[in-house]
Amino acid sequence: MIHTPMDKIAEATPEPLARKVRGLSDRAIAWIFVAPSIFLLLAVNIFPLIWTIRLSFTNYKVNRPNREIDFVGLRNYERILTDSDTWMTMQATAHFLIWTIVLQVLIGFALAYLLNMKFKGNDMWTTIIVFPMMLSPAVVGNFWTFLYQPQIGLFNYVVTFFTGGDPSSFSMIGDVQLASWAIVIVDTWMWTPFVMLICLAGLRSIPDSIYEAAECDRASKWRQFWTITIPMALPFLMLAVLFRGIENFKMFDLVVQLTGGGPGNTTTLTSIDLKREAFEKWRTGYSSAYAVTLFVTVFGLASIYVKALNKVKER
Amino acid sequence: MNAKLKFTVATAALIGATNAAKAEDLTLCWASWDPANALIELSKDFEKKSGHTMNFEFVPWPNFADRMLNELNSGGKLCDLMIGDSQWIGGGAENGHYVKLNDFFEAEGITMDDFIPATVTGYAEWPKNTPNYWALPAFGDVVGWTYRKDWFERPELQAEFKEKYGRDLDVPNSLDELKDIAQFFQGRDIDGTTVYGAAIYTERGSEGITMGVTNALYNYGFEYGNPDSPYELDGFVNSEDAVAGLEFYKDLYDTATPPGSSNWYMGENIDAYKSGQVALQMNFAFIWPGVEADPNVGGGRSGYFPNPAGPNGQFAQLGGQGISVVSYSDKQDAALEYIKWFAQPEIQARWWELGGYSALKAVVEDPAFATSQPYAQTFLDSMAIVKDFWAEPAYAELLLAMQQRVHDYVIAGNGTAQEALDGLVGDWTETFEDEGKI
Repeated sequence: MIHTPMDKIAEATPEPLARKVRGLSDRAIAWIFVAPSIFLLLAVNIFPLIWTIRLSFTNYKVNRPNREIDFVGLRNYERILTDSDTWMTMQATAHFLIWTIVLQVLIGFALAYLLNMKFKGNDMWTTIIVFPMMLSPAVVGNFWTFLYQPQIGLFNYVVTFFTGGDPSSFSMIGDVQLASWAIVIVDTWMWTPFVMLICLAGLRSIPDSIYEAAECDRASKWRQFWTITIPMALPFLMLAVLFRGIENFKMFDLVVQLTGGGPGNTTTLTSIDLKREAFEKWRTGYSSAYAVTLFVTVFGLASIYVKALNKVKER
Repeated sequence: MNAKLKFTVATAALIGATNAAKAEDLTLCWASWDPANALIELSKDFEKKSGHTMNFEFVPWPNFADRMLNELNSGGKLCDLMIGDSQWIGGGAENGHYVKLNDFFEAEGITMDDFIPATVTGYAEWPKNTPNYWALPAFGDVVGWTYRKDWFERPELQAEFKEKYGRDLDVPNSLDELKDIAQFFQGRDIDGTTVYGAAIYTERGSEGITMGVTNALYNYGFEYGNPDSPYELDGFVNSEDAVAGLEFYKDLYDTATPPGSSNWYMGENIDAYKSGQVALQMNFAFIWPGVEADPNVGGGRSGYFPNPAGPNGQFAQLGGQGISVVSYSDKQDAALEYIKWFAQPEIQARWWELGGYSALKAVVEDPAFATSQPYAQTFLDSMAIVKDFWAEPAYAELLLAMQQRVHDYVIAGNGTAQEALDGLVGDWTETFEDEGKI
């Protein structure tokens, strides 16, 4: 007797096919289901990775299809690791990565802590604060170039309103000392809300009963913060750091729009440099080696970090 | 119906049928800028006469090279016709992106002698100075200067300038005079607004600062290499004169440009000039029709002059493009028809009228040409002094190295001019070694 849609499908399946399927083991059926995903993974991720590693040992240039491809051994890697410009871009990336994460975590957590306190207009403020991360990075980069304009930009006026002086006396994106901070400020403005949301989720997941128990034990607010709030929100904070770290390691659009990597190489992050090598200079072999180097770096750091995150979760 | 009429009708029907069979949808790729709009207008005549339909793919300048070179390198069929930058010609020819046009030119009676020589060398030939043509000169362009004539003519400013510099406030005859004028206007109050000297090219990401700094380098004595020994760079790219040229550009940037102009190219310079922020702007000639038509700075309030001379000559950076047939196109015959149509003197004359800078001698050597627009004579004078950047297949590598070295010194202020150019020699040598040219 037919009861469910599955029964109907089974009934409708032609007998020869049904017999074949019935003959398959659970393992075989499982493989049939996961095979398309594995195939896609191999085609889209694994094959390009292997191909990139292979190309990284050659002098291949994709825009010179007629040129002979030579095996150059580790020469591309040697060039990358001994090139002072590469290290400068690494340094610029590290500066950007560290400061954006530090600022976003501090400000994001503070905002989340404030919003976690029930007050009137709480939801409205959450919506307003979240607004920057809804914008496209290219749009944000573009309008911040105007905000940073010394003659007409609001940023310089606000700064000099508090510090005094002429708004056009400094240029955030033209000055080699300030440009690296200019991109940190914009990224922090845009992505702090993201960190805030994750932290807010973490704070709201802490049961009130724990605080009530602490109150009964006459623990001060300060002690509650350090012994309950921070430890219980820590996995969420670490997750936010992981997300932002990975995202900012591959930061491209916002910075290109803001500074174009300048002045000089001051804000040329690794992703910008890599793109220039791969798709402007067309040094495919060299840029493959560059990509592999970055992949190993990120993969290594991320693996260590994820292990630490898991340990924190287990506590 | 008599026999003659029958024949005429049959012929007309045959031509109609042939045209209908051949009618193609052609796509022309170019940068997204004012001349592109003029070309759309101009091409309506081609559509009417040929029966083909023209489509256009225009990409903004900062992304133009990226987008179009990707298209060519991937063998894409998007573009049937490409108005590619002059520096692409080497890559277009050697990598098989462009169709060689010699046989076509010969068959159609199109001769390169009819075009301004600099545009033929710059836009069509590869290898340079050999009769191998890969494009038809389509849009002549060159870096020149625009200035606020109305400000220059103010008696109080003229008097002050004369007192300070001992000469009239007028079009500069040398780069040093240009710097004096720019510094004179820097931070000056004009009609209650603080204005600045000059908007110059400083853009980092694509080609901006290179297209700007070369106007100083060439005139101070920079050479791309030993004229007698190709690819011998040391002592030419980083000569004492070249170093002085680079120092001049940095000094101009430091002392006579608007604050925050550290990443400016064509668009930013136009905006700064039209909004009354600067007295002078460096820019390609294509902007001049737009300046003339502008309600704030047009109508006689602006003047134009070629890049002034330096201690070792007077040159200007060549811009502009040639039109090529893309070798991956399935519609090459129709694309060639377009080039044939475009090369006609009357079409080239109309091109100039619409705001396109024709490179055809018949147009620019017409006695009425020089007075046809306030900037026409400056265009002619500028085209006579052009020099171009490398057009090697590896031009992008050479360009990006220069962008980095020059920006690092001029804008970021890192190191010395000598170190910047020595570094450039190293970068370029490495590229040519990779290319097997050294």
